[in-house]
Amino acid sequence: MRAPVRIKTLTIDGKEVSAKEGETIWQVARENGIDIPTLCYLEGLSPVGACRLCLVEVKGANRLLPACVTQVEEGMEVTTNSERLVNYRRMILELLFSERNHTCSVCVVNGHCELQRLAQRLGVTHVRFPYRYPDLPVDASHERFAIDHNRCILCTRCVRVCDEIEGAHVWDVMGRGIKSQIIADLNQPWGTSDVCTSCGKCVHVCPTGAIFEKGKAVAEMEKRRQFLPYLTIMRGGKQ
Amino acid sequence: MSQRKMRLATVWLDGCSGCHMSFLDMDERLIELAEKVELVYSPFVDAKDFPQDVDITLVEGSVSTEEDLHKIRLIRDRTKILVAFGDCAVTGNVPAMRNRFRLKDIMERVYSQNSTHKNDPPVDGIPALLPKVRPIHEIVKVDVFLPGCPPKAEAIYFVLKELIEGRIPDTSQLSRFGA
Amino acid sequence: MTVDELQQLVAKEQEAKQRYKSCINVCVATGCIMCDSERVKEAIEEAVKERGLEKEVIVKGVGCLGLCSAGPMIYVEPEGIIYHKVSPEDAPAIVQGLISTPVERLVCPSEMPFFKRQVKIVMENSGTIDPERIEDYIAVGGYQALMKVLTEMSPSEVIEEVTKSGLRGRGGAGYPTGLKWSTVAKANGDRKFVVCNADEGDPGAYMDRTILESDPHRVIEGMVIAAYAVGAQQGYIYVRAEYPLAIKRLRTAIRQAERLNLLGNNIFGTTFSFHIELRIGAGAFVCGEETALIASIEGKRGTPRPRPPYPAEYGLWGYPTLINNVETFANIPSIIRNGGDWFAKIGTEKSKGTKVFALAGRVVNTGLIEVPMGITLREIVFEIGGGIPEGRKFKAVQTGGPSGGCIPEQFLDLPVDYESLTKVGSIMGSGGMIVMDETSCMVDVAKFFVEFCMSESCGKCIPCRVGTYHMHELLSRITSGIATMRDLELLEELCDLVKNTSLCGLGQTAPNPVLSTLRYFRNEYEAHILDKSCPSGVCPIRRLEEVPV
Ligand SMILES: Cc1cc2nc3c(=O)[nH]c(=O)nc-3n(C[C@H](O)[C@H](O)[C@H](O)COP(=O)(O)O)c2cc1C
Ligand code: SF4
Ligand code: SF4
Ligand code: SF4
Ligand code: SF4
Ligand code: SF4
Ligand code: FES
Ligand code: FES
Repeated sequence: MRAPVRIKTLTIDGKEVSAKEGETIWQVARENGIDIPTLCYLEGLSPVGACRLCLVEVKGANRLLPACVTQVEEGMEVTTNSERLVNYRRMILELLFSERNHTCSVCVVNGHCELQRLAQRLGVTHVRFPYRYPDLPVDASHERFAIDHNRCILCTRCVRVCDEIEGAHVWDVMGRGIKSQIIADLNQPWGTSDVCTSCGKCVHVCPTGAIFEKGKAVAEMEKRRQFLPYLTIMRGGKQ
Repeated sequence: MSQRKMRLATVWLDGCSGCHMSFLDMDERLIELAEKVELVYSPFVDAKDFPQDVDITLVEGSVSTEEDLHKIRLIRDRTKILVAFGDCAVTGNVPAMRNRFRLKDIMERVYSQNSTHKNDPPVDGIPALLPKVRPIHEIVKVDVFLPGCPPKAEAIYFVLKELIEGRIPDTSQLSRFGA
Repeated sequence: MTVDELQQLVAKEQEAKQRYKSCINVCVATGCIMCDSERVKEAIEEAVKERGLEKEVIVKGVGCLGLCSAGPMIYVEPEGIIYHKVSPEDAPAIVQGLISTPVERLVCPSEMPFFKRQVKIVMENSGTIDPERIEDYIAVGGYQALMKVLTEMSPSEVIEEVTKSGLRGRGGAGYPTGLKWSTVAKANGDRKFVVCNADEGDPGAYMDRTILESDPHRVIEGMVIAAYAVGAQQGYIYVRAEYPLAIKRLRTAIRQAERLNLLGNNIFGTTFSFHIELRIGAGAFVCGEETALIASIEGKRGTPRPRPPYPAEYGLWGYPTLINNVETFANIPSIIRNGGDWFAKIGTEKSKGTKVFALAGRVVNTGLIEVPMGITLREIVFEIGGGIPEGRKFKAVQTGGPSGGCIPEQFLDLPVDYESLTKVGSIMGSGGMIVMDETSCMVDVAKFFVEFCMSESCGKCIPCRVGTYHMHELLSRITSGIATMRDLELLEELCDLVKNTSLCGLGQTAPNPVLSTLRYFRNEYEAHILDKSCPSGVCPIRRLEEVPV
């Protein structure tokens, strides 16, 4: 006999909704037409709760909770869009823009970038924190792709897709804090990686202009990630 | 009822003038605006010194030289509403791409390594470069931010109209970084 | 080893000790080793030999005596004489002192409040037993608690006793230990783990290191008892590589315990088996955070992950895992031996027992102290610590390290317990306690801790990775005299963000030093910004004209 599916009822932004046990707040919100901003989360990859954009208020909880990893519970009262949350999200985006060198006007993904789009959606018209202007490399050693660390927001989507979906585990993170950086293999040029299959998955899950196809000029790089839900379904994993 | 015309200025610091071109793209709407504002200082007009008592100033470009620095402070002093006009003014944009290098290295590269003449960097006659290019709000208070490279004519028009009517416009849905 | 054998060993050790007239205990914990206590010990051994007193006097390397700043320290039994600042040249005089009168110029008055006001539980053997001999520990009642647990108590009785004691985690957060144990005990899993958190990364803190160096078996015994209570088969001690002596003594201790079958398969001849392995951390502060620590033991990059699920349900390799701090485990043998009620009598209503602090900064006596919960800050600073040197004025005491805050003079009579410290904007933390006088600039202090958090941030989440960077930048602007009140506003906004949105405790508490100094010493911030001056004369204020734009 199949175990019965447990149903939870809760409210999100005042709306009564029902959900399956084990679903996250983010999933249930989306099913109900509420789009909670995300950057590190991508359906099909393991959630890491790192970017903190999806934080929501849950009545009775003493802290804000990341919607992308928090499972629904019976009777939860969730607020996804309070002024406080929007302010926090704006500030997090400001921090990202200040962290590295984002010159949108000359960027390959200008107009197709998740960071840029979120900034507009949340009303970030300028950055109050002084820009850091770090000196970061561009690794164009791969024959088809390149990674520009100036645009990387360290969401680790590339790390996860390459490890969890492609099974190659080319990418990882080196260093810590503000000095963290994405590296290929043991910090060697991407083009020299023996394990990279050149599948391009990391290129397309990258939310920004950090990983892109060579030969694309400003604003030409569009990301296509339809493959991801398809692959996870084909593998029988939960979506 | 004839209202006092608003005194408008537009300024060009370290930018490519693209933002001013976009301003001109307002086309026939310029005529409509001209009825409400007087352009008291601009690359488009002849005034030499930045005047007193300006209502609205659009500043294109980042703060990159000693002269920009002096100008932006003067402008702030004499302006009621200061608009950071375009990405260079708002973020530093392309001019700020030099910030990851040391000024000394850049000068050497430009004036000796990459030059057939192997000149020393000039010292007289042109304003000295600041060690770092800065968006204008890092130097003075900015009242309205209009990102975009350049911001579209529609966005500029909307901003000016709102300001003329005494409202502070929400620019976020009109334009974005890089737009 | 059987129960009888343990008792025989105790008797034999005590008898052996009887044969000696005196015992010269030389501290060989890191603090004193740094000032050459090993050579002092050799010199004393030499002097004893020269006088042919080997049969009457035993010279022993022991753990920390507390007054580490006055090392090398020596404790002479049975007279109870404490010597400080001993050099190898003093050896003959000290040995002579056994027969005639003690060496006056080296004597540290043992009735001084520093020693008198302390209450020792976890440090009870520190300074009297040789940490490298399991027999020494057994002779003073060691492993009796484990024997009692394995032969007389059920796991739930053990948990009940720990719950009754009111012990709370000494790793910082003060989570009730009994509750944690019972959660792990109830969790489903074919395997379970017990982990001892000896990462101790707070700047200036060395409580855990000292416990491990002075009495490692106590921690091991605590872990085995915990393992029995929660049903674990495997344990790990996660120690940072910067603690080579603690690691060495732990290795020795584990080997000795295994040899005597106090660790390993079928302990005390029962069906209970438990193994302990060491895991050496590379010294990242964040690896003390429990989920990062687990990742590190699993061989992954040591970064925290969101909780829930908590390690109690989903820990090492996904199995239920009990994680406790060194000092938490070190309390367990005493609680079992003397009973939970005994422990609960010490301390305050909600904070039981004692706490070890590393007392540092501008006080006369700096070192390691163990005090009952509920003691006031004033007693710690002015009695145990001996007050502020050079007639200077007390300003604040910092507790909780980079996650804590600065407590000003008006709260000196505050009892030291979890709730009171939290109420005034600081935390108990793991035991760092830094005293500051009028020569300390509070903005500079806040900057120091923020800089620490910035460089120890793992970088996983944005608010902490980039937020702490900007907090540090803004604080640097303030201490250089180039900040505006707008910068201060931005700093406060940023603190609010980092505190409320960071993923783990590091980020969530990183603003505390700023927030608490802003709460009590806002005038100092404003002096830097408005008057362009540092009231304590610490910060190098620059004139605006000199600052490049
Ligand atoms: C950044 C950070 C560092 C920590 N470092 C330590 C540490 O060095 N030692 C420790 O015992 N607990 C540390 N903790 C607390 C642990 O996560 C955990 O709560 C503790 O080990 C539990 O033990 P307890 O219940 O006995 O206190 C740290 C927590 C954070 C957030
Ligand atoms: S990655 Fe996005 S935000 Fe960054 S420069 Fe490119 S378009 Fe702009
Ligand atoms: S192209 Fe494919 S294999 Fe290569 S790094 Fe990207 S995801 Fe990994
Ligand atoms: S390279 Fe792209 S996908 Fe990878 S961490 Fe950076 S921003 Fe994220
Ligand atoms: S924002 Fe763009 S268009 Fe405007 S001045 Fe700068 S580079 Fe030119
Ligand atoms: S708060 Fe800091 S240390 Fe903790 S996960 Fe985030 S970046 Fe890492
Ligand atoms: S999307 Fe949830 S934390 Fe990044
Ligand atoms: S280390 Fe010797 S007294 Fe503390």
